[in-house]
Amino acid sequence: MDFVAAVGAYGFLQHALLAGLLASLGCGVIGPYVVVKRIGFLAGGIAHSVLGGVGAALYYGADPLLGALAAAILAALLIGWVKRNWRTQEDTLIGALWAIGMAAGVLFMARTPGYGTDLMSYLFGNILLVPERELWFMAALDLVLLLIAWLFHRQFLAVAFDEEFAELRGVPVTAFYLLLLCLVAVTVVLLIQVVGLILVIALLTLPAAIASHYVHTLGRMMVLATLAGAAFAVGGLTLAFQYDLPGGATIVLLTGAGYVVASLAAGRLARWRARRSTAVAAGRPR
Amino acid sequence: MNAAIEVEDLSFSYGGPRVLEAVSLQVPEGEFIGMVGPNAGGKSTLLKLMLGLLEPQGGRIRILGRPPDRGRRLIGYVPQYPVFRRDFPITVEQVVLTGRLGHGPTLGGWRRADRLADRVAMGEAEVAALAARRIETLSGGQLQRVLLARALVGEPRILFLDEPTANIDMRVESDIFDLLKALNARMTIVVVSHDVAFISRYVTRVACLNRTLMCHRTEEIDGKTIRALYDVDVRQVAHHH
Repeated sequence: MDFVAAVGAYGFLQHALLAGLLASLGCGVIGPYVVVKRIGFLAGGIAHSVLGGVGAALYYGADPLLGALAAAILAALLIGWVKRNWRTQEDTLIGALWAIGMAAGVLFMARTPGYGTDLMSYLFGNILLVPERELWFMAALDLVLLLIAWLFHRQFLAVAFDEEFAELRGVPVTAFYLLLLCLVAVTVVLLIQVVGLILVIALLTLPAAIASHYVHTLGRMMVLATLAGAAFAVGGLTLAFQYDLPGGATIVLLTGAGYVVASLAAGRLARWRARRSTAVAAGRPR
Repeated sequence: MNAAIEVEDLSFSYGGPRVLEAVSLQVPEGEFIGMVGPNAGGKSTLLKLMLGLLEPQGGRIRILGRPPDRGRRLIGYVPQYPVFRRDFPITVEQVVLTGRLGHGPTLGGWRRADRLADRVAMGEAEVAALAARRIETLSGGQLQRVLLARALVGEPRILFLDEPTANIDMRVESDIFDLLKALNARMTIVVVSHDVAFISRYVTRVACLNRTLMCHRTEEIDGKTIRALYDVDVRQVAHHH
């Protein structure tokens, strides 16, 4: 059965496809900020610390996604606050949150009665088992992301570009930096169901990095990164279905391959343009 | 005439020895003041204190009668070393627009008034033709003009420039100072420079800063003042233009 027919026939594939598209929208909008601000490692720290929140939620019988969201935002605020006040200890703290969050998560899960808690699906995602309720949750997170990103896009641009100047113009720089980290945290939660918290970092950075090779404003990067992310999600899901592979890992590998190809092609394009412009200049002297 | 800037008995240190000590300075509105002095003499530090980016340990600063963190919105600032990355994905037009923050509503996109001011400021700094260019592709002189446009677009009453011509050649340097001279008709200008002889052709007054304010006179600066300021025998180069 080919993929298109299968999507028509199976509800779980429709859900998977929708989840992939909703996730690519989030990464498309927030990913460019992560890339231009160079906070990939920070985003990785937030992603891994989320396991602590998931484990605690499972242990106390709460919704694991809400636990993930709470842990992500808490980690984002903590890292951001420390970065503002003790600049030098930032990477130590990120590393600590990274490991402590995961350790706490594993302990909570080990102590949670019953066998319903599948650690692997949080680490590597489970895109083929997205319940409808979770799709609504993802759509709501996307809506919040888009709304905040649009309402404050001038301030986010100014803070991302030149913090000192933004502060002189009366922009509350620290508040917007923390808000940006919270948006990163929300995006991480958005991606967990699709690729799992270990692979999140690939989808958050690679589509935006691909876009940065070809377009040169943040707004255009967001559009192109969303489209690229959506293409990789659909393509990866198709491959995973055809060859019976794990969905999240296939999407990430396809995204990685796309990044390598796009980077090489961008380099060639730049060289070709440079050659052509010098050839034109030499051929037609004025 | 009202004072644009009042500095009284200011002292500051970054934690080690005093960088500034007992600095007092009055700048009336409409003045074009040049601030000179050796490296690490405290010129940039004084600018940052006046902008409220640093807190003084002692003394008082007023910008148009307000404390620096409230007065700085009326200041257009052109930094010496841009702290942003040159490969940031942003166009000249967008860089200049960020100077409009603080005008108009907080939420949503740029307004018509912002885009209008953007075009005026880019025209004034002669970078309108570069509007769609990425900043990565600009030369040092072009970037300097873009930063000047970003400072002007907020309609400042005072303009601060920190070594505006450090990385550009002589011809562009006098172009920029001619432009500043024209702007001086409607705003107070404070320019930090290491080139005493050059800026004295443009400014109405020179303030010499080396930890403390050593002179702030209008008259010609002679070799003796420069020796006292730099603590070395500076060979003066006569400028003929």
